[in-house]
Amino acid sequence: MYLTNEEEKALEGEFGEALEKAMRILVAIGEVYGAERLIKISSAHISGVSYKTIGDAGLDFLQDLASLGAKVRVKTTLNPCGMDPIKWRSLGIIDEDFAKKQMKIIESYTHMGVEPTLTCTPYYISNVPKYGEDIAWAESSAVIYANSVIGAKTNREGAPSALAAAIVGKTPMYGYHLEENRIGTEKIIVKMDLEDPADYGALGIYVARMNVKVPYFVLDGKALNLSIYVKYLGAALAAEGSVAMMHIEGFTPEWNKYKHEFSDKIIVEKDDIKEIFEEKSCEDEEDLIALGCPHLSVEELRGLLKYRPKRTTWISIGMDMYKAHKDLINELERRGYIIAKGTCFVVSPIERKFKVTATNSGKASKYLPSFCKQCVILRRTKDLLVISDENSC
Amino acid sequence: MKILARPVSKGVGEGPLLISEKPISFLGDVDPKTGIIINKENPLYKKSIANKVLAFPYGVGSTVGSYVMYQLKKNGVAPAAIINENAETIIIVGAIISDIPLVDGVRINSLKGYTYAIVNAYEGWVHVR
Repeated sequence: MYLTNEEEKALEGEFGEALEKAMRILVAIGEVYGAERLIKISSAHISGVSYKTIGDAGLDFLQDLASLGAKVRVKTTLNPCGMDPIKWRSLGIIDEDFAKKQMKIIESYTHMGVEPTLTCTPYYISNVPKYGEDIAWAESSAVIYANSVIGAKTNREGAPSALAAAIVGKTPMYGYHLEENRIGTEKIIVKMDLEDPADYGALGIYVARMNVKVPYFVLDGKALNLSIYVKYLGAALAAEGSVAMMHIEGFTPEWNKYKHEFSDKIIVEKDDIKEIFEEKSCEDEEDLIALGCPHLSVEELRGLLKYRPKRTTWISIGMDMYKAHKDLINELERRGYIIAKGTCFVVSPIERKFKVTATNSGKASKYLPSFCKQCVILRRTKDLLVISDENSC
Repeated sequence: MKILARPVSKGVGEGPLLISEKPISFLGDVDPKTGIIINKENPLYKKSIANKVLAFPYGVGSTVGSYVMYQLKKNGVAPAAIINENAETIIIVGAIISDIPLVDGVRINSLKGYTYAIVNAYEGWVHVR
């Protein structure tokens, strides 16, 4: 791989051990994947924040790296952590030791200059890339959103490679940074209505199981709130099948950029999706209802005012969303919703308290059984809540 | 026998050779405190990878696996070197942050029957006997 003089010096350790380590990671990845050179990135987004997922191993590494003086060179935001950093006691699943270690992880990141946004949807407020920009993002649901809906360019980074890219301010040029890898590979004709996040998620799971690479969707039926709910389709594709990019005809910015014929054309109908709902329908009654995977947008939060919870209902949002819309969030809390900010029900140890979770998220329905030992129910939003008698203001 | 390999994480390491035909997920397959393989499905179940040359096709599973490799190193029970068929990001990153020599491009089948390995991840070769 070609390196500039400056990059060579960084690799030799002239600018300190932290930069040297980060550079070595990028160069090794670049060489293995055949990158020509490193390219500048405009932002990074880092996963691997919850103490539940990275444990003492991750905490050790991050503390050591921070103490070497590592600093990020570009805008860098952070994924959700394992607890609400303000209200963790009242959620009733976090002990002192967990909380202490979780706060140390966040401190290590902020010490390196990372913004503790604690959200998997940084693209709403804190970290909004522009069309065509190269970025280095981890968090698979944000990766597919950035590539597909925004038209920014990123590979599916892991936690340490996104951090290394943030420290160097660059990433190896391969994969989805190159146009030829962004072209649709399978045409998926959707002959059904998509009316709820759960429909979009179930579609994502169904299509991911066909081992698609860059699916190109034609939505023949109704697609309600597509611009808001598209994240549920992407998140499910990414969780179930490692998909990093999709196109939606007439909607995503690159859908007609690459003119070509598809050899694979697949039709998806209502009955296909029904199978997914049937598979994810735990026989026991839920003790937790969970919304916000990926984290909710402000439009979705406003939409919840039409309803009220019928049992323990968690709503997951980012710290940036919480700070920007405190009044709305306080009102939802007053109406009985439990606001889990800066965290979510997948990366938090909910198994300490709950056994059966009902959600409207395809992605969460994939991860809850393994990460949180939950018996899971995938259900449409209106069937998880009840209509509120209060004015929806 | 000397086999050419691609150097990925620089360094030199040697030790008894341990071979797994199955991919390894460091998160879940290996105990970070002892370096012992704890996944019953793995052919190396109950064996220690500490200070051995560990050969397996490629890494799988969570990217947290990179951090587990770092913890193995801090606990003094990391492998002396790693040989992969195709190195992928989890193992590459883990090897670099933990200073574990790593080479790839070696067919795991070609190592069978040998019990000791020297890995040179500067020059790019593996010597087995």
